[in-house]
Amino acid sequence: MKIDLTVNGQAASGEVEARTLLVDFLREQLRLTGTHVGCDTSQCGACVVMVDGKSVKSCTMLAAMADGCDLTTIEGLANGAELHPMQQAFMDNHGLQCGFCTPGMVMSGLDIVNRHGRELDAATVRRELNGNICRCTGYQNIVKSIREGARAMGD
Amino acid sequence: MYSFSYHRPASVAEAADLIANAADGKLVAGGQTLLPTMKHRLASPSDVIDLGAIAELGGIVVNGNIVTIGAMTPHAEVAASGEVQEAIPALAALAGNIGDPAVRNRGTIGGSIANNDPAADYPAAVIALGATVRTNRREIAGEDFFTGMFETALEEDEIIVAVDFPRPEAAAYMKFENPASRYAIVGVFIARTAVGARAAITGATDCAHRAHQLEEALANDFSPAALDDFQAPVDRMNADIHASAEYRAHLVRVMAQRAVAACA
Repeated sequence: MKIDLTVNGQAASGEVEARTLLVDFLREQLRLTGTHVGCDTSQCGACVVMVDGKSVKSCTMLAAMADGCDLTTIEGLANGAELHPMQQAFMDNHGLQCGFCTPGMVMSGLDIVNRHGRELDAATVRRELNGNICRCTGYQNIVKSIREGARAMGD
Repeated sequence: MYSFSYHRPASVAEAADLIANAADGKLVAGGQTLLPTMKHRLASPSDVIDLGAIAELGGIVVNGNIVTIGAMTPHAEVAASGEVQEAIPALAALAGNIGDPAVRNRGTIGGSIANNDPAADYPAAVIALGATVRTNRREIAGEDFFTGMFETALEEDEIIVAVDFPRPEAAAYMKFENPASRYAIVGVFIARTAVGARAAITGATDCAHRAHQLEEALANDFSPAALDDFQAPVDRMNADIHASAEYRAHLVRVMAQRAVAACA
């Protein structure tokens, strides 16, 4: 079946099987490999993307379900060579070690800002990140990065 | 997952036709349980009928003392709804603590209750609040809806349209959650209504159910202390790697007492 959608502001389309997962469509067909598959069981959050402005786990959504939707992936955040403030905050605060979970952390961070604003306390960030798993950092610098990125988004 | 035919009807009537004519069809709402189940090849429907494009299944309406939540309303929308927060804050809080934020953006009330996971949160609210499940064929009383583990009163190909929740005087839901899955190891929903206390338990046994014994204990004294000597039947409790039957029985009392305290 054919699907038509908008990805990072550009029209995209593709021929998919009904059973194609959204994350596989993004990675294999659109070659947007920044969105990762960590667990494939909707636990880890490495595959989080925005669908119509809301965070979803793209390993637990069919590509067909995204037909007609407006998607943002990690590739859609930077402005050329200039990182998005949330990405920059991860870089500045050493908010990652291996980096595998980072795309999902950044997307979930943006979702937290959308719902809770730019002044975030650590407890809110930790609670709202309970669908994103990092096996390296112990989260300390991820929480710091999201709080700082949130603040920087208004600058 | 195995291959299937995908359908995206625009109306309940069209969805009913599609499911009736499918060899082994499945309705999908948010897909947060069905898709993982299909990935594990524990389900392999011939046809998947996606209810996501049916506008009439969405939305929240408060009419007098009834809060109506459309079957396809995601948990995040219920949690963020000012109307639900005002009318039944316990219901908004329950929805806001299911799974994680991304799951709440996709998972729906209709999907949750149709699936009837023994540790799901919504069934406890539907039972304790005395809600009514409306389908494309009839109305089903909340406490008659959940009939067994992953079993409901829904007939073959019947489609949930909405759930009507009567506004209680006060209500609270307390769950002791599995920190990995966020499902309830034990969850207790208590409602104080014009006709007395109502209680429902999820997670503890094979199916969410009304807790008449809790209600009787609270009938004359709606206070946490009234449950000091309450003992849930250990022989009915689930036992698994997360909690023994004895521990779950203990948690039923503790969660019930916390819920009653939160109703004050």
